[in-house]
Amino acid sequence: MGPFKLNDIPHINELPAIGEEFRDTKIEKHTSSLKERSEKSSKLLPSIREAIIATGLRDGMTISFHHHFRNGDYVLNMVMDEIAAMGIKNLTLAPSSLLEIHEPLIEHIKNGVIKRIETSGMRGELATAISHGLMEYPVVFRSHGGRAYAIETRRMRIDVAFLGAPSCDPFGNANGYSRENDNGVICGSMGYAKCDAQYANKVVIITDNIVPFPNAPFGIPESDVDFIVEVDKIGDPSGIMSGATRYTKNPKELIIAECAANVIEASGKLTDGFSIQMGTGGASLAVTRFLESKMQQKGIKASFALGGITGSMVSLFEKGLIKKLLDVQSFDLDAARSLINNRFHQQISASYYASPGNPGSAVNQLDIVVLSALEIDTDFNVNVLTGSDGVIRGAIGGHCDTAAGASLTIVVCPLCRGRIPTIVKSVNTITTPGKTVDVIVTEQGVAVNPRRPELEETLRKNGIEVCSSQELQEKAEKMVGIPKPIRYTDKIVGIVTYRDGSVIDVIRQVEEE
Amino acid sequence: MLFVPGNNPGMIQDAYIYGSDSIMFDLEDSVSVGEKDSARCLVYEALTNLDYGTKETVVRINSLESGLGISDLEAIVRARPNVIRLPKTEFAADVTDCEKEIERIEKKAGIAVGTTKMMAAIESAIGVLNAKEIAFSSKRLIGIALGAEDYVTNLKTNRSPEGTELMFARSMILHAARAAGIAAIDTVYSDVNNEEGLIAEATLIKHLGFDGKSVINPRQIAPIHKIFTPTEKDIKKSMAIMEAIAEANRKGSGVIALNGKMIDKPIVERAKWVLKLARVSGVLKDMEE
Repeated sequence: MGPFKLNDIPHINELPAIGEEFRDTKIEKHTSSLKERSEKSSKLLPSIREAIIATGLRDGMTISFHHHFRNGDYVLNMVMDEIAAMGIKNLTLAPSSLLEIHEPLIEHIKNGVIKRIETSGMRGELATAISHGLMEYPVVFRSHGGRAYAIETRRMRIDVAFLGAPSCDPFGNANGYSRENDNGVICGSMGYAKCDAQYANKVVIITDNIVPFPNAPFGIPESDVDFIVEVDKIGDPSGIMSGATRYTKNPKELIIAECAANVIEASGKLTDGFSIQMGTGGASLAVTRFLESKMQQKGIKASFALGGITGSMVSLFEKGLIKKLLDVQSFDLDAARSLINNRFHQQISASYYASPGNPGSAVNQLDIVVLSALEIDTDFNVNVLTGSDGVIRGAIGGHCDTAAGASLTIVVCPLCRGRIPTIVKSVNTITTPGKTVDVIVTEQGVAVNPRRPELEETLRKNGIEVCSSQELQEKAEKMVGIPKPIRYTDKIVGIVTYRDGSVIDVIRQVEEE
Repeated sequence: MLFVPGNNPGMIQDAYIYGSDSIMFDLEDSVSVGEKDSARCLVYEALTNLDYGTKETVVRINSLESGLGISDLEAIVRARPNVIRLPKTEFAADVTDCEKEIERIEKKAGIAVGTTKMMAAIESAIGVLNAKEIAFSSKRLIGIALGAEDYVTNLKTNRSPEGTELMFARSMILHAARAAGIAAIDTVYSDVNNEEGLIAEATLIKHLGFDGKSVINPRQIAPIHKIFTPTEKDIKKSMAIMEAIAEANRKGSGVIALNGKMIDKPIVERAKWVLKLARVSGVLKDMEE
């Protein structure tokens, strides 16, 4: 040691991240206690308005939210009302998804607060209004994986993310639950919010439960968080999640589920260490029950189950039939409780889950996925976004991500729903390309994608009766007839993007009756 | 036999996917008075347009006394179900009166006389006491069934989990059916969420000798089939019996024995019946493979 001069150091100008000479007058020594610091945390702001001001939000920027609070979400409407009151206009709204509760957005769109929307899906009055031409700019629909990819590649830049959290400490460690200070509002995994927290320019956590530091385990780390606002209520617990997703008692769904389980077994993919994801919907959830007995008979275990996790998956996990759960979204309280209590129930981000930019993403490690559909056509294209009347009423979710990633993609659906055929000649809106769907299971028969002759042969050899998708479509048509074509105008109200951001379809404005 | 309300298009259109051996479209008790016409039309259209494959199709009509029975027959006989089921049969004449109407309509519609089979449901004390006459009343009659809900009301009691109150009716109906050489079908089990109770009742009636049971929910089909399907042990034993017979016939031996037990005619009959059931239910095919 001894005195030195910076200029004496060889190659000093080429060495990165080296500053000036150290001077202790530049550092500050804190003597306050953890308690005092927690109370004075500079991230804690007294109101949403002050947080909006602090983020520097202004006209034309992009803001984001997550949809882990589902139809019990108060955060999005609360923040949007404040933004509108502050007179900020022309925003791009980019939540991970939208639900019925977000109907007040209609006014914000009419008043020019929101110019554009990017989302996985939407339902209710807002979706109906947009289908009827409410917005000038088309809504961009992205899958969960596609959204993560767009954010990571900076094609979608989020200026400010407002993320509701059921618990957060004064420095920003946030989570979908709290181990110590549960106030009754939990959502389990914060998977979809993780990308926003990581990549948004400014991140505001909105919570009704400030807990002591450190809020461990955390879903979002303090390093990703700029500001925290405490509010009275972030959501309605009953709308956020129900007690447990019950097994269906509908005999038709049970037949479909049992048949799907038989298809899985016959495919030869039900071997020790397999991986699986179940979509939502009565039939696909019920597949778990039939698989359980098959797994027990064979004495095999799954290496992991992925996705929106439900109580039925947790039950298999707790019986030791599934080794690990990867949870991007917890669907019910049983799932959320398991995330809290089980070491090998892991919270994952939308990128880890499904980003096409990440070859290691979990969907790419799937052996089997069982998915639902609003419509599926004879070429195996699936629609999960628009209803039989052409109106937006759904979400892409992880549908196309898992269909592409899994080595066996099964779509389960009834042949018809009431008088509406599910198997059609051509879907209203393509959200998942037929190339990625292998098998359709209905109560009236099983069809295998002609692109997979080897799979068809295996299934037949193992006792599954297989018909063509055309036969299923004709059967449906014989039952309920040919629906009247939907009348559209020329205006495009929605763009459906595939995982990589390419445009796979468009949604047109439906004509007024 | 799966009961399907005749006014429920959703259930009518896919009634055949649940694996019941027989589907009974109901125009009677499950259809309210205001919907009788629409149910009749629906069932007619279903039978003439939908393909129920190899399932036995049965239509329960309203009684002739109700004033609706003739209209039901006029439509339904033309739709050519396998079987017309009469409700609340009390006397042999109930069957023969209905048979006359069916024959008249068959002739008018150019359907071979006798094509339409019949089945009678017995749902009252008088019906039970007349079970024998009813069972022998018509060549069209392929079976008689117990309708327990009306029957217990008529008896001034109600249904118990053990079914003690049905013992007499079940025995009468079974004996009448066997004497006439037709099928005996047991009543429905109404508590659809009680699978244990369903299994207990089905086990009982199978042991009594019934040929089958009516169901009101598709979820009840699998448990009942499980009970009526011969076990692997039964099948193997029956096959061994048939082998022993074939062997004895080859040797010209009169007395046939298997594992030290004599095989006589009733045992052979039972073995044949077990193998027939096993073949129909598909389990024998699996075993042979």
